[in-house]
Amino acid sequence: MDLLLSSLHILMRWDVVFALLAGSVGGVLIGAIPGVGPAVAIAILLPATFSMDPIVGLTVLLGIYGSSMYGGAIPAILINTPGTAVNALTTYDGYPMTARGEPRRALSLAYSSSFFGGIFSVLCLILFAPVLAKVAPMFGSREIFLAALLGIILVIVAHKGQSLIAGALAALGIFIQTIGMEPVKYTQRYTYDQPFLQSGVNLIVVVLGLFALSQAFVLLTSEDEKIRTTKLRGGLFQGLRELGRHPRVATVSASFGVLMGMIPGVGEFTAQFMSYTYAQRTSKRPEDFGHGSSEGLIAAETSNNAVPAAAMVPLLALGIPGEALTAMMLSVFYVHNVVPGPGLFQNQMDFVVALYIALLVLNVLVLVFLLFATRPLIQVVKIPNRFLGVCVLTLSFVGVYSLRNSASDCMIAAGFGVLGYILKRLDAPVVPIILGMVLGNIMEVKLRAGMARVKTPWDFIDRPIAFILFIVIIIVLVSHVRRIWLDRRELKEAEWQTKTRSTRFGGLLSRRKNSLLKARGKTVRGRHSLSHRQSTDQN
Amino acid sequence: MTTERERRFVGPRRGQLIFALGFLAVSALLLSQITGQTTWVDKTAFFAQPRFWPAIGLGGMVLLGALHLRKMPWRRFTAQDRDELMKWARVIEFAGWFMAYVLLVPVLGYLPATLIFVPLLTRRMGYRGPRMFWLSIAFALVVVVVFKTFLSVKIPGGMIYEYLPGGLRGFFILYL
Repeated sequence: MDLLLSSLHILMRWDVVFALLAGSVGGVLIGAIPGVGPAVAIAILLPATFSMDPIVGLTVLLGIYGSSMYGGAIPAILINTPGTAVNALTTYDGYPMTARGEPRRALSLAYSSSFFGGIFSVLCLILFAPVLAKVAPMFGSREIFLAALLGIILVIVAHKGQSLIAGALAALGIFIQTIGMEPVKYTQRYTYDQPFLQSGVNLIVVVLGLFALSQAFVLLTSEDEKIRTTKLRGGLFQGLRELGRHPRVATVSASFGVLMGMIPGVGEFTAQFMSYTYAQRTSKRPEDFGHGSSEGLIAAETSNNAVPAAAMVPLLALGIPGEALTAMMLSVFYVHNVVPGPGLFQNQMDFVVALYIALLVLNVLVLVFLLFATRPLIQVVKIPNRFLGVCVLTLSFVGVYSLRNSASDCMIAAGFGVLGYILKRLDAPVVPIILGMVLGNIMEVKLRAGMARVKTPWDFIDRPIAFILFIVIIIVLVSHVRRIWLDRRELKEAEWQTKTRSTRFGGLLSRRKNSLLKARGKTVRGRHSLSHRQSTDQN
Repeated sequence: MTTERERRFVGPRRGQLIFALGFLAVSALLLSQITGQTTWVDKTAFFAQPRFWPAIGLGGMVLLGALHLRKMPWRRFTAQDRDELMKWARVIEFAGWFMAYVLLVPVLGYLPATLIFVPLLTRRMGYRGPRMFWLSIAFALVVVVVFKTFLSVKIPGGMIYEYLPGGLRGFFILYL
């Protein structure tokens, strides 16, 4: 009770309340504009939050993170264009509902599901916090190194079909964070004697380049689209009642969101995929999925909104961000000398609980705002793409330049903007670069500290948590290699089936070499040749 | 005809080969300079060497970049690749606009530079009507007021502000 009261005391300030309001309303607006997204907004606002108190700055960023998915459902449902990437699955069932004249029902169901997902995950984590507080101190340097290594491996293997380029880009992130003056031996690394490289490449500069500037370039080089929105009539409260008719789907989807959110590198997409598959398999009307199923919409929206609160767990408990948005938030902690990790849970538990309460209040604020302001909000989807590009480019300047007033930083950001644009054109992932930078730095520091007390390789994993993490890494790697092997076999089979040219006889014999050399093969061939000779004899 | 390998490749064909080759070439070039750009410190453990993590990063880039290139189902450049390269080059123009804005701010000041930059770029993007012109002016004003006046982000006053009279000069440097 004391903990709760002291947490509430942290939040009872006018600037925190204002930050909550600004974050939630701003997040919904940003989410509703296709082509901007929370990553761009958080990247731009990061330097502005450095001058605020940690709780105020983090509340604004959390507000944007937690509420953007609510807003992203609006264009997904009304114009079949997801406002944020994670709302893509919402278009499957949301837009067909609009097409058959039920946009109001789809929107209200999406809001209610998002609200349930958000509240469920925050409540789970508030209840789970004491357990985390007990487990977190068991993480020393070695455990945090292994957890960061696991995070980077999970990010790479999560990009199915692109794991090689994702790995290469994560390695690029690891390399970028090593540039500059190395802090232990004070030696230069890849500075080429340039003064502006001595302090290294700032994470926020890279983030702004890869997310904000690249998105501005995408928008500036795209065409404006004519958007027709559907008129909404009537209230938006019916979704709450409809959600109440599907408690099982909502609860299971929210649980998937919480679990997947806590695992670094996994996040919303896996949670949505698992929830949607579960809802479809257990539904009495699976044929409706993808054609305007209310259960499908509930699964998609509940699971993605359960992730933000859960994604804060590895960040707060271990100091390890699981994806790009929490990686950006990590810099806010560092700027204010609040070091997330086991110590935070031991010494500043009220701060952690205050963040969760802020998330809880945020969900209520967003729901109330959306229930009354959806109609005027729809107009933001009509902002022309190229003008939006001009706006994002102008705002990106604030983000980069206000860091150190350095034109070199802006040039580096512009360079990463071009790289991000190219990666977006190629459908290649950008997030591994950011996580490579953040986790690479954590791994470097923790490995150095951890190895100081290690005499044999076995010592590194002789503690229970370290051993479990090591085993999990091995399992993830083995299952990934197995998946690659299965994919390769499937590809070979598919190529064999679609092959049109004649097969080389030598190749055929080579593939059947084992069978030809085996005793059983010899017996069969012997029998065949015998029966063949007999038939010749008879003739 | 599209082969099975091409069909299973994630992403479009255009530009993939150029990027993979460029990425590998840059990675290999950086790796070749590792002895000159990093230091090996005597009497220091292997994992604590300043060279260790750059080697991990660059080694990973070269190895995985090479594997990515090898796994790619295409081995020849096409006209689409050339067009894609031109598209990438087009973006440099906007990077140039951004850098011009960056260099203008310390000279003209944040408000005047933004009031020039936003309407000019809006016009360059093809919005010639008065509605978009006034919208761009309003946006520029709002950005400066929100970030510099209210949020007090660290953007220095312009050199041009030095010519303003006393009280106004201080106000402009602090708030606009």
